[in-house]
Amino acid sequence: MLHLPFNDLPPIAAPTLEYALLAPLFIVAGGAVLGVVTEAVVPRAQRFTVQIVLAVVTVVAALADTVWVYRDLNVVDSDRLARGQVGGEGALTIDGPGVFTWGMLLVFALMCVLLFAERQLDGGLSSFTGRAADAPGSASEAEAVKARLEHSEVFPLAMFALVGMMLFATSNDLLTMFVALEVLSLPLYLMCGIARRRRLLSQEAALKYFLLGAFSSVFFLYGVALAYGYAGSFRLSDIAAAVGSRTGSENLLLASIALLAVGLLFKIGAVPFHTWTPDVYQGAPTPVSAFMAAGTKAAAFIALVRVFFVAFGGSSWDWRPIFWIVAVVTMFLGSIVAVSQTDAKRMLAYSSIAHAGFILVGFVGVYEGPAGSDHITSISSILIYLTIYGVSSIGAFAVVMLVRDGSGEATHLAKWAGLGRTSPWLAGTFALFMLSFAGIPLTAGFVGKWAVFSAAWAGGFWPLVVIGVLMSAIAAYFYIRVIVLMFFTDPVDENGPSVVVSGRLTTVVIAVAAIATVALGIVPGPLIDLAQHAGALVR
Amino acid sequence: MILTLLAAIPLVGAVVVAVLGRFRSDHPAEGARGAIVAVGFSLIALAVALVALSRYDIEAGGYQLTSEHRWIEAFGAHYAVGVNGIGITMVLLTTILTPLVLVAASGDRLAQPERMPTYLALILSIEGLAIAAFSSTDVFLFYVLFEATLIPLYFLIGSFGGPNRSYAAVKFLIYNLVGGLLMLAAIVGLYAVSAKAGDPSYLLTDLQNLDIGTNTERLLFCGFMAAFAIKAPLWPFHTWLPDAAAQSTPSTSVMMVSILDKLGTFGMLVWCLGIFPEAADWAAPVIIVLAVISIIYGALAAIGQDDIRRLVAFTSVSHFGFIIMGIFAFTTTAMSGATLYMFNHGLSTAALFLVTGMMIARRGSAGIGDFGGVQKIAPIMSGFLLVAGLSSLSLPGLAPFISEFMVLAGTYTRSIPIAVIATLGIVLAALYILIMYQRTMTGPLSDDARGVTDLVSHEKVALAPMVVLIVGLGFFPQPLLNVINPAIDTVASHVGVGDPEPRTPTQIQVPAAEEGGH
Repeated sequence: MLHLPFNDLPPIAAPTLEYALLAPLFIVAGGAVLGVVTEAVVPRAQRFTVQIVLAVVTVVAALADTVWVYRDLNVVDSDRLARGQVGGEGALTIDGPGVFTWGMLLVFALMCVLLFAERQLDGGLSSFTGRAADAPGSASEAEAVKARLEHSEVFPLAMFALVGMMLFATSNDLLTMFVALEVLSLPLYLMCGIARRRRLLSQEAALKYFLLGAFSSVFFLYGVALAYGYAGSFRLSDIAAAVGSRTGSENLLLASIALLAVGLLFKIGAVPFHTWTPDVYQGAPTPVSAFMAAGTKAAAFIALVRVFFVAFGGSSWDWRPIFWIVAVVTMFLGSIVAVSQTDAKRMLAYSSIAHAGFILVGFVGVYEGPAGSDHITSISSILIYLTIYGVSSIGAFAVVMLVRDGSGEATHLAKWAGLGRTSPWLAGTFALFMLSFAGIPLTAGFVGKWAVFSAAWAGGFWPLVVIGVLMSAIAAYFYIRVIVLMFFTDPVDENGPSVVVSGRLTTVVIAVAAIATVALGIVPGPLIDLAQHAGALVR
Repeated sequence: MILTLLAAIPLVGAVVVAVLGRFRSDHPAEGARGAIVAVGFSLIALAVALVALSRYDIEAGGYQLTSEHRWIEAFGAHYAVGVNGIGITMVLLTTILTPLVLVAASGDRLAQPERMPTYLALILSIEGLAIAAFSSTDVFLFYVLFEATLIPLYFLIGSFGGPNRSYAAVKFLIYNLVGGLLMLAAIVGLYAVSAKAGDPSYLLTDLQNLDIGTNTERLLFCGFMAAFAIKAPLWPFHTWLPDAAAQSTPSTSVMMVSILDKLGTFGMLVWCLGIFPEAADWAAPVIIVLAVISIIYGALAAIGQDDIRRLVAFTSVSHFGFIIMGIFAFTTTAMSGATLYMFNHGLSTAALFLVTGMMIARRGSAGIGDFGGVQKIAPIMSGFLLVAGLSSLSLPGLAPFISEFMVLAGTYTRSIPIAVIATLGIVLAALYILIMYQRTMTGPLSDDARGVTDLVSHEKVALAPMVVLIVGLGFFPQPLLNVINPAIDTVASHVGVGDPEPRTPTQIQVPAAEEGGH
């Protein structure tokens, strides 16, 4: 008879979870699951509306809870102003920067959900195809349009991506981080491929994103494995301890740093791992491009900060020179190549690459400030920049949604010529976002630039700041080129851009983004205080 | 408080004019009404500026009419305003010129007449931002306003200029942005230095007492100087100006050259010398050489121009050379002269830009060769051109002469060769102005210029006060110098170079600044 050694096993303790702290994650995950159930039970006629309501309620509830969690974080290190704790059996770190990122991501998600829900721009249809399986232009597609079929699954998909992003930003071990990376990526791969217009481009974008994303995930996973080999643990703090005592093999450490950097820089869209960005941003449905530009970048940056500041903080002299170079090359290439773009979405994609470079400038500073001071640290500057960039970026993509002609969005910039004459408000708002991206004072972008540059300077990298400002000048050139096109150039033909101004939800999103861009430019104090209040990372 | 009000009035006016124009732009009389509202706001600003001047204690000197509020605490930035003698002089210049510019601008024939309200609103917004910039005592606030002025000016050049306006606007913006961004790097650096020393602060008073290492100070000085040298503009960073001036309307050129470019020289005088005195002393030889090159090169280039607007732009390059040379000569005479020159150059260049603009609008061409003998059919216009031109070449009895003389005299005590070379600029100035006058106004009336008419009333209204001031200050500059001198004494003693001893016994008593101690 087989003897099972039940009695020899150690007792299995149920994991203790800090449900109150982790509630925002549960709310979003729950909303996503409910969304899937909704697909199954709610009749087709009401499904789209129910999904919108469910998604908005989920995000708003999670946002409210995030605020509550943020206010209640414990102070663990009063010198470095670190607040929060390690939770989820060591898998997660619920700390100031992490919860701040949750809030940021939820605000982005709320704006993007409104863009997903927009159905007034294209004759009562959303930006997503009715039945992705149909060949573009086929009879069955026309049938799907006629039957008003909708892929209302985008809402639960977006919620799953959102929970992945939130998890990514607060992972405390590399394995959780990898799982989060996949949870956030898989829904996005799918969402990229279901644009209603220009479907082949959209499907190409999805395939490209999937293949390259999978490739980079494998780099990340290899890096995780090597890091485990070096430190004997996935936990970021254990790796930090191993790095601090320099116990393992130096080569193993450097290889794992390099591989993890590849995986994370891919998600950030930094050169030389940026090549997917323009194709994917151009092909994906515009609301999804906005979601990726704002959300993925924010989550990935915080993950990057966490891995490199916490786990590899002890060997920062090994990796800072590389990131220094990556930052310069990213700013340079993003700005230079953007100059020659003729498509609005590709231009915004290169702009997002250039911005990744600017944020990396603050990252390279690795400045934590003297104990007890309230100086702008690298982490708070990155949080400030990500918030400002994300909001302006969603606004800019929302404007792209409104500039349309007979075949959908008129993304070719030549069709934007003279937009300032025909629709001064819309063009003026887009010009505002461009000026903010260029970092002109009295717009939010200036505050962000100032913050990352000051963190870099305080960290002892003033040459990088000088390079950074010169790159900003190049970047400014292509933003201004768009303004010239809209305001100083005559429309190319009679039936130039036809602007649909009746998109109510899109207009709301653009207005919110524009107001935030101006308000944060003039009175940035509250945002800066909030970001500084987030404090340091909890290790 | 009064300075905040002063800056707010034109900005509010800009919004009002733009909004009024938005509602009834199809109405034929609307352009005129918009102009009346705009001029009204600028006149209120002038009245408030005069009230501010009456409250300013000229004897006491120093920064007055101050107010200070925390703005962005984490950055150490304050909303802090206040003026010393230099600041209030520039505020006065701005508030005097803007109403006159608006009167002239209301007569401009725009390609799209319905956009007149926008045009006037942009000019008003430049006035407001410039006043705020001239009166800020926090370097962060100054920087923000310094950069913010680029946007309305960019739209003025790009929307209302000549056929090549788009190129000129982008060139203008990129040049100024590069300078501005280098200054941003220096501003960020100042924060790092200031934060290391304790609580970060951008207030001028705090920064003056900040202990900055020699190399850092030089580095930061270069960042500030890059922005101001491009703005001013100093050779070889001047190339944006002739293009911008040639493509702008005359009113835009006045706002750009007479007012906003002064932010460059103002910045050198107040911020560069105020925060980085040692570095300024270190860099002075190079800057003075560049300034002298500006003087000579600007004058020679002006002689070579056929486009009248480019000619005026190059005369300004030459004049800015005098101003910058005066600032970095570090003698009280030269620095006072430079400040006075900032005011006088504003007046004389404004008159020159406006009257040549009126000529060009009538002839439909900016080429000097396209005119000839115009004096016979437009005597009043020709008279205004002559006065404005003579003031530009510093004829004794007109305002710029005094300031140019002071700059040269002050520089002479510092370096004789430099002063001698710079004096050549005056000779060349006579050439470029008189040749231009001769070829456009005198001689037989050319057939093509036969259609030119004389000035109409609103144009005379715009020009006459400038001429009155130019002549008045030419004979009686002392009141303005009384305002300027105490501030210059403070700056000179802060730099700590001091006036050199006169080499030969002289009748003229140069007011000596106290030697030394910074």
